[in-house]
Amino acid sequence: MDRDLPNPFPEPLRSSARLVEATRDQRLARSRRGEAFPTLSLAERQAWVEDFHPDHQEGGRRELRVGGAAGTVLPVELADLLEAWPHPAVRIGPIPEPDLIADVLILGGGGAGTAAAIAAAEAGAKVVIATKLRQGDSNTLMAEGGIQVADQECDSPVQHFLDILGGGHFSSDPELAQTLAADGPATLQWLEELGMLFDKYPTGRMKIRHGGGTSRKRMHSAGDVTGLELMRVLQDRGAALENITVLPFQPAVELLTDEAGRAAGAVLYHLVQKRLRSVAARATVLATGGLGRLHLRGFPTSNHYGATADGLVLAYRAGLPLRDLQHNQYHPTGIAWPERKVGLLITEKFRGLGAQLLNRHGDEFVHPLEPRDVTTAAIIRECREYANGVATGEGGMGVWLDIPLIDLLHGVGTIEREFPGRFKEFHHKGLDLRVHPLLAYPTLHYQNGGVVIAPDGGTDIPGLLAAGEVTGGTHGRNRLMGNALLEILVFGRRAGRAAAEFAFNTKELGVPSTGHLEVFLEQLATAGVDKSRFAPILLPSYGGNLKPGQAVPGGSPASPRGEPVGRGAPVFEPGAGS
Amino acid sequence: MTAMVTIHYDQERHRVPAGRTLLAALEAVGMVFVRGVGCRGGVCGACTILYRLGQETDLRVGLLCQEVVAEGMEILPLPWFPQRKARHDMTLDSGESPDFRVINLYPEVTRCIMCGECSRVCPVELDVMGYVGMIKRGDLKGAARESFTCIQCQACAMRCPARIPQPNAALAARRYHGLHQVRRADHLAGAVARAASEKMKLTFRRLRRMSAEELRMLYQRREVEPADAPPGTWLPQDESLL
Repeated sequence: MDRDLPNPFPEPLRSSARLVEATRDQRLARSRRGEAFPTLSLAERQAWVEDFHPDHQEGGRRELRVGGAAGTVLPVELADLLEAWPHPAVRIGPIPEPDLIADVLILGGGGAGTAAAIAAAEAGAKVVIATKLRQGDSNTLMAEGGIQVADQECDSPVQHFLDILGGGHFSSDPELAQTLAADGPATLQWLEELGMLFDKYPTGRMKIRHGGGTSRKRMHSAGDVTGLELMRVLQDRGAALENITVLPFQPAVELLTDEAGRAAGAVLYHLVQKRLRSVAARATVLATGGLGRLHLRGFPTSNHYGATADGLVLAYRAGLPLRDLQHNQYHPTGIAWPERKVGLLITEKFRGLGAQLLNRHGDEFVHPLEPRDVTTAAIIRECREYANGVATGEGGMGVWLDIPLIDLLHGVGTIEREFPGRFKEFHHKGLDLRVHPLLAYPTLHYQNGGVVIAPDGGTDIPGLLAAGEVTGGTHGRNRLMGNALLEILVFGRRAGRAAAEFAFNTKELGVPSTGHLEVFLEQLATAGVDKSRFAPILLPSYGGNLKPGQAVPGGSPASPRGEPVGRGAPVFEPGAGS
Repeated sequence: MTAMVTIHYDQERHRVPAGRTLLAALEAVGMVFVRGVGCRGGVCGACTILYRLGQETDLRVGLLCQEVVAEGMEILPLPWFPQRKARHDMTLDSGESPDFRVINLYPEVTRCIMCGECSRVCPVELDVMGYVGMIKRGDLKGAARESFTCIQCQACAMRCPARIPQPNAALAARRYHGLHQVRRADHLAGAVARAASEKMKLTFRRLRRMSAEELRMLYQRREVEPADAPPGTWLPQDESLL
């Protein structure tokens, strides 16, 4: 890093940043006069979104040919995984002697999985958490913004419910949206009783703010590390329960069912020891998270290393219905440079306080506070259609977010006061947000859809429950900020309780088996699906041509061996293990 | 032409492109990580590394996803460290104060020799020694504030000559402070009761029976709470949904 230089950027960012500086005084003067960049008409908005938003890119989608949702049009990267073969080492048929037996098996050790484990263990169940990396390694701990709960006098769960429906363009499952909102206050109280720290006034009342699309201020936070604080506390609570066993580095590669069609556990793959392991359980909770690391359309992502849609793959093969997966949430301003922060979010709040979006010439091209999907489309349009983006040294692209304007508009010290975490983080690495603009590009943020569930997390398979980002319906086609942290806790705890109850009511578990795959395998064969395509992929195969978290033009990134991500699994060695 | 530098990861020599983060540079030369990689954004502490530069004697600590490659780096990944963890259930014995309980759980904090190594190595630049002193003095509030952005990479615990498990002690300090010292949210009990009330169930039922068109109308007519209204002061004109 050029720590000592006043301009910390390498070329060509450096010369472009100078153009931003050069136009700043004029733009500031216009802002002070209240002259904002014109907003788009509704027709223009629609046209830009249809032409440039990643969800609408024709080449990026295809029809599923195999399985229960055949005919549904989904992102290619996801469709390729849903229509892929199980790992060859997984035996198709009964597994009479499982390696481990539990009452409740939880797949995933993030926020939803850990909340489910706590609830099931508190109900007295013997719980096993199988997780891909370490417990806690998840999108949960990366969440900065906050958690929505309707707890103020002017607010109510019904009001929250209405915001959820509208934010999701009235496509939510109303039963799930109601459950999310109604369980909110008790969930927040539970967190307070666990000793989680919140931003509070001296009286104990929590500080609150608006989020995009909320009619009441109900965003509760813990500084700008709300998810980290939440995950640390959940893990600590879980660690105090002796009936929870954590199996790290052991993601699930297949679900197990018994002859009665009930869920019966899962086959795990030990990533370090490279062997399979089977866990029999009376109830199973799917809490595997989202799909950001599939880099749909080559987009960068704000997601954790392990977010590779594994749960969707397992659920689809087991015949469960999925919904809304053609709608994914892209945050318009992910960090495009420096590389160590690529894909992470620059919160909307910067633009709310006056930071403008600029092209490589230092000119505005869109009003900074259009809806998320419109801003996303505008940035892509400016970079791809008009070639007005700034190319980063790592092959990515971006537009400037002129943050220094904030101090000029609202007084010196505003940036430091409003964004202490981000300010400190960048300052240490030689980037002073009071002086330097940041390079931004849309980033794949959230999987809106997923496995169809009932309010207790139940699925169409008795004894199989699901919670968190892997599920769909709660948010419909679009999620509002702050509803994901609430969702993982509300539905995680509900699924945990329901799983424990189901486990206690299941007197005798049949022989666990992967036999439910047979029909699906026949369909794969009939459809002529490429025999070398395996799923779940477990981890993205970075290296070679793929620069992690960066935009790769023209589709699937490739591994060093030239295989597109999602075909083959370099971390999985077929033939190893039983 | 990309400039290249030489680094050693886990004893193996690699020529990697200059200017990249260690994680991206090693992946660019074909390395596939399983352990020791997490959020890839510097907040989870999964990719902690110890490293030295060329002939320098200093041992440094960083995160694989955040540190930029430099010529002559010798890198050891630290995926895990057996830091002691006290079992506790967040309760207090009668007459016991929360700060005393935290010291009882982690008496190691009293052994701090103030060498400052913990603060020196912290990759997110926390004053670790400072918060250990605060726990020792019974200042849980200060310790909670100073340790708030801890990513639990455990580098401090690994380097501590007094064998203090700082991240776990800080976690206990934050939770005992949060539960026993911070004032409870006064409005929350009321909100829980209202959410569970018959009236709320009836209101939900009323909305759930509405047609799509009625719901849309209701949504469009929402009154928006002003951003600058102090909490608990503003009320909507129409209180039928409260």
